[in-house]
Amino acid sequence: MKKLKLGKYAKDNIITYGMIILVYIVMQILIGTGNISSLMQGLLVPLCVYVILAVSLNLTVGILGELSLGHAGFMCVGAFVGAFFSKCTQDVITADLPRFILAILLGALSAGVVGFLIGMPILRLRGDYLAIVTLAFGEIIKNIINVLYIGKDSRGLHFSLKDSLSLGLEEDGMVIINGAQGITGTPKNATFTIGIVLIVITLIIVLNLIRSRDGRAIMSIRDNLIAAESIGINITKYKLMAFSVSAALAGIAGVLYSHNLNSLMATPKNFGYNMSIMILVFVVLGGIGNIRGSMIAAVVLTLLPELLRGLSDYRMLIYSVILIVMMLFNWSPRLIYLREKYSPKRLFKKTREVR
Amino acid sequence: MRKFKKEISLFLVAAMTMLMLAGCGGNDASSNSGADNAAAGTETTDDSAANADNASSDNGSESAGAAEGGAFKIGAIGPITGSASVYGLAVQNGADLAVKEINAAGGIAGFQIEYNFQDDECDNEKSVNAYNTLKDWGMQMLVGTTTSGCCIAVAAESANDNLFQLTPSGSSVDIISGNDNVFQVCFTDPNQGVGAAEYIGSNKVAEKVAVIYDSSDVYSSGIYEKFVQEAANQPFEIVSSEAFTADNKTDFSVQIQKAKDAGADLVFLPIYYTEASLILTQANSMGYEPKFFGCDGLDGILNVKNFDVSLAEGVMLLTPFAADAEDEATKSFVTAYKEAYGDTPNQFAADAYDAVYIMKAAIEKSGATPSDSVSDICEKMKGAMPEITVDGLTGAAMSWDSDGAVNKSPKAMEIVNGNYSLIQ
Repeated sequence: MKKLKLGKYAKDNIITYGMIILVYIVMQILIGTGNISSLMQGLLVPLCVYVILAVSLNLTVGILGELSLGHAGFMCVGAFVGAFFSKCTQDVITADLPRFILAILLGALSAGVVGFLIGMPILRLRGDYLAIVTLAFGEIIKNIINVLYIGKDSRGLHFSLKDSLSLGLEEDGMVIINGAQGITGTPKNATFTIGIVLIVITLIIVLNLIRSRDGRAIMSIRDNLIAAESIGINITKYKLMAFSVSAALAGIAGVLYSHNLNSLMATPKNFGYNMSIMILVFVVLGGIGNIRGSMIAAVVLTLLPELLRGLSDYRMLIYSVILIVMMLFNWSPRLIYLREKYSPKRLFKKTREVR
Repeated sequence: MRKFKKEISLFLVAAMTMLMLAGCGGNDASSNSGADNAAAGTETTDDSAANADNASSDNGSESAGAAEGGAFKIGAIGPITGSASVYGLAVQNGADLAVKEINAAGGIAGFQIEYNFQDDECDNEKSVNAYNTLKDWGMQMLVGTTTSGCCIAVAAESANDNLFQLTPSGSSVDIISGNDNVFQVCFTDPNQGVGAAEYIGSNKVAEKVAVIYDSSDVYSSGIYEKFVQEAANQPFEIVSSEAFTADNKTDFSVQIQKAKDAGADLVFLPIYYTEASLILTQANSMGYEPKFFGCDGLDGILNVKNFDVSLAEGVMLLTPFAADAEDEATKSFVTAYKEAYGDTPNQFAADAYDAVYIMKAAIEKSGATPSDSVSDICEKMKGAMPEITVDGLTGAAMSWDSDGAVNKSPKAMEIVNGNYSLIQ
């Protein structure tokens, strides 16, 4: 019995990890032989970022069963902490990789801590409070960063909430976070290989958490809170565990994002409400609780608007229409019924039975 | 059902992969031919007809039938969807107009121009995607990007590829610092701030100045900082400086009241015209009538809907371009623009229009040809830029330092009788 169960997971794992490794190998071959467009090559790291975000949000939405509308806020925390660290220590730690790894760890830690602090009071409540608070959090963090000025000179770090002049920097001082202008000149350390490694790490963390004793406790909370409570599961603890792990993973995605672009700004476009919803769309379209599906949805929905560039003016229109059609196809009850009725699998099964 | 969904997602993945490969396949041909020709194999720097065909079939924006003689491929990037789309559309049209004029007049040194504009939604990441798309198209030089933030991100990429970039309206200093391949048509933010402070000081416009600025905007806070710095050297005093952010830009009564209480006789508005029109209206209803002074962002204030234009009477602004100017070049540009796009051009359109003509001048000076590699064109144009002077819509005798900043004198305008008029 035990052997059988292990076998089942192993098969699932092989498909999930194999898919990623296959994509990686194919892409590496394409890059190596020069058969890849600049657009695709430029999109590889953002794709990794969105895949990590989708997987991490699926932990909150799909496994824990709580709605979070501020996932971009955690990404924002990770992005700024990571970029800040890299910019600060650029002269001290000259080797790229160790510095980037430290930045990732720091970004994940800070986003995780923020997630923990937010979750602590909110996850004790029942209902949609987490959605409300995370929605506010995402907007607040963006605005805080837009008024935050941090500079560095020989006397140490200087902080201000007014403007970069009031930092009182020395002549050779450097403004690191310049309010709305954000962080400029982050070293471009993010590569496709690192992105893939981070996806694999994310998957290992999430999949193993789901299949562990803790993971089963988390899912029991999702399925029936009262029953879970009655058998002595510490609800707040497990909710917090899932939520802060999810936040920390979003932080990793943020660090990757910030080290792929030279200039990092907290705009409504990249860290705002729309972005949080976008990540939620990945999760919903890919299947709530379905890790592999959300990865595929993230890739498809990130590629789609770029591949539609040839349609110029109609790009956004067609993108939205496709999105609506895909959502309907996946979730409309009527379509699900029709799909099941005419499912090729069912027809196939029937013929096999006849045989 | 679950199983079936799996199948569907597999199908979708397969479909996407097909699309992707199809996209790559198109490029395949061009990059291979490029490698054959150049053998250097750095990037898709080809002049080959294969690539031109590929481009004209993929992109419908502009296709001059110039496959045989080669053509300069100029790309442009800006937001044409989303909240900043006004600026992107202006740049798209302005550059388009200039390209059409140049092509009709025989092109640059006998070569036609192909023009391709890509949307970046005013997002740094999308902007880099747009840049990569243009690179796949075979872009040889870039007019863009429109907004400062995106421009910083794209400039880092273009510096890496050594591709000549001329931004019409990206005004941040970070765009040109450290990137010797990037040049600007507009003033840098610090230049505007310093220019405004100097103008107010040397012309004794006011003694007590209040500033209202948008702290969430790169353009606005950039000007503000330099204005405050320069104000220390000028014979006026800043009595109040209040900020607002993009999330609350409808009610300015607090900021105006503070300026009023401090007794400011001039309010400096380094912001865009939409907010400025609200400030003017609200100040009027509060019975506060100082002098208002703005930068190029105020250009366009006379066209705001439901705005009582008489309130703008006496507003002074430093701007390189005014659509109502009386000179011949501006008049013909405004007429042609209105005819083609049914809209009055703003400063962004004029900047983009100038940018294309500046490129023309630089290409003619440097003797670059479309068959040169991207990097060679960039090197030639980098050398030519400090040597040329261009009379454009946004300034007479514009010239450039090798660091990329433009030298031109700002024009001070005052709104008199509902029209911009130049202060001599």
